[in-house]
Amino acid sequence: MHLKYESFVREPLVDGDKTYRQVTEDIVSPIERKPGRMWYVGFFFSVALLLFGVFSVFWEVYYGIGVWGINRTVGWGWDITNFVWWVGIGHAGTLISAILLLFRQGWRTGVNRAAEAMTIFAVMCAGQFPIFHMGRVWDGFFVLPYPNSRGPLWPNFNSALLWDVFAISTYFTVSLLFWYSGLVPDFATVRDRAKTKLRKMLYGMASFGWTGSAKNWQRHEALSLVLAGLSTPLVLSVHTIVSFDFATSVIPGWHTTIFPPYFVAGAIFSGFAMVQTLLILCRRILGLEEYITIGHIEAMNKVIVLTGSIVGVAYLTELFMAWYSQVVYEQAAFQWRIAGPYWWSYWAMMTCNVVSPQLFWFKKLRRNIPFTFIMSIVVNIGMWFERFVIIVTSLYRDYLPGSWTYYSPTWPEIGFYLGTFGLFFTCFFLFAKYFPVIAIAEIKFVLKTSGQAQKARMNKYENLTSEDFLHEAHHDHVVSEPLHLP
Amino acid sequence: MAIKKFAVACFDDEEVLFPAVKKVRDSGYKLHDVYTPFPVHGLDHALGLKETDLHVAGFIYGITGTATALGFMGWIFTADWPMVFGGKPHFSLPAFIPITFELTVLFAAVGMVLTFCYLNQIMPGVKKHVFHPRQTDDLFVVAIELNDQVTEQEVVDFLKSTGSIETNVQVAESEWWYGRWDKEEAYQQA
Repeated sequence: MHLKYESFVREPLVDGDKTYRQVTEDIVSPIERKPGRMWYVGFFFSVALLLFGVFSVFWEVYYGIGVWGINRTVGWGWDITNFVWWVGIGHAGTLISAILLLFRQGWRTGVNRAAEAMTIFAVMCAGQFPIFHMGRVWDGFFVLPYPNSRGPLWPNFNSALLWDVFAISTYFTVSLLFWYSGLVPDFATVRDRAKTKLRKMLYGMASFGWTGSAKNWQRHEALSLVLAGLSTPLVLSVHTIVSFDFATSVIPGWHTTIFPPYFVAGAIFSGFAMVQTLLILCRRILGLEEYITIGHIEAMNKVIVLTGSIVGVAYLTELFMAWYSQVVYEQAAFQWRIAGPYWWSYWAMMTCNVVSPQLFWFKKLRRNIPFTFIMSIVVNIGMWFERFVIIVTSLYRDYLPGSWTYYSPTWPEIGFYLGTFGLFFTCFFLFAKYFPVIAIAEIKFVLKTSGQAQKARMNKYENLTSEDFLHEAHHDHVVSEPLHLP
Repeated sequence: MAIKKFAVACFDDEEVLFPAVKKVRDSGYKLHDVYTPFPVHGLDHALGLKETDLHVAGFIYGITGTATALGFMGWIFTADWPMVFGGKPHFSLPAFIPITFELTVLFAAVGMVLTFCYLNQIMPGVKKHVFHPRQTDDLFVVAIELNDQVTEQEVVDFLKSTGSIETNVQVAESEWWYGRWDKEEAYQQA
């Protein structure tokens, strides 16, 4: 029986009366037409920001890491703060594409492609910081375990920093493969519609010669499912390992076992906020409001309020443990966080991450687009401050009061951070122009169960009693009546 | 590399496609392949395709990654250059877990994607015949291979009777070849 059915309690995932052809048209046509003025303005602004970042990094590499504000006491400053922030943002993409796939959350289909792209670009940005933090960046390859002329002396496989090298590079590779394997059939769709020779050639290359054969699809589904299965523990492991960078040390404020889950929740929290920022703009500019619906936005806001609350509980647990442990150093660290010279960063974090997302308990606000947009930016500011609080306010007053200090960034550090925004948005603008922003094949796959018009046609079955329905189905009435699309 | 003749039928609804596929299989004509714009659940069973063993390959690659990571780190810290970190044993398994896990995932994912490309014979630069430009858009395309035992007209008439919206006969390469997608091959016009 080909009667596909999904409960009416669930909102449609695709609004309007769409056919398969219309889905293709809606998603591919932004690729085929010239981008608007806003695109050019945004793109060139991003490239300019990127170039400023390149200049800032060049400055740092040429003159040495002393041009940054970090010092002997505060060895990790904006660079590692930004690293953790960007990696965290990356987590939402994999969560959406992998974990929600395993949980059979249909709404992920509308947003997974853009969220995965965001992951890849965010991890690219994140990777820059530890690399240039090395100082002598030309020796960066020393982290790789290759047979060398120094013994061979291998890297320390027991170090959390080396685990990071493996975690981040694996995460980037697997996310890229997962993302691209989904893109291959969609590139084939663009290729077969293409009118210009250049587009035919480029998308022909990019689509790997995909034709949509039944056997190929069968393998594609197996691949997607296994990659999702692999990515699920991977995404949890990556921020766990990032949190080990701190938790395996003996710095007050870092040496806690709560860090892995707390970091993972924070990562998902900030990642979803960034997805909201990007998709609210994307759906508007590319006219994809019928595919990224208010329902999608609300679903993501629910994740934000959940993970934001988890993060809030983690903050309070840290305070409780500082008191309960009766360790004076731990207590001092938290006293100074709350009321020390960096009090403003602590309270910025608390306000943005714990207090304001609670407004999302109201359904009206969850479904309010301008409010969500502002909130998504507030959350990301909050999450940046969280990393700043964890890193800087644990370091600036160490065990030796004589070396207590106050850290502020210099322009090359700020420029480096702005530069990664440039890199991120340059990539994202190119993605929005040249790639199908929504997974076309996946939308078609859920269209008949979750399209608005398709759902409406099921009304007559919805109103039947179960006996009548069985009776009808038994007499083949349902089966022999294909659900014709207009 | 073989140029063959195909009878092609296009359907615009998967609910018409399923009975049609069943009829084609019952008819005894040689089914070349079915092309769909998205994965149609149950089509592989309707076509009688075997389950794919791709996930088994993924498991083997994953185990290889686990063994590589543990073997390599174990060899380095016990045989090649033993070092003591914080008074722990040379083979400190808990500290090896993160990298072992990452390499397991990395090997499994990379290996599976490469195997996927190999099995499907897809790669940048590979070209295959597309029976209908809308088979990646909204049409479901069934291709039947024609041989000496059947007449062209007979198969086309049969396909028309299955509810297809369009039928035709094409001469085309049945395998892949290296080619550019902006160039038209002569035999595709037939």
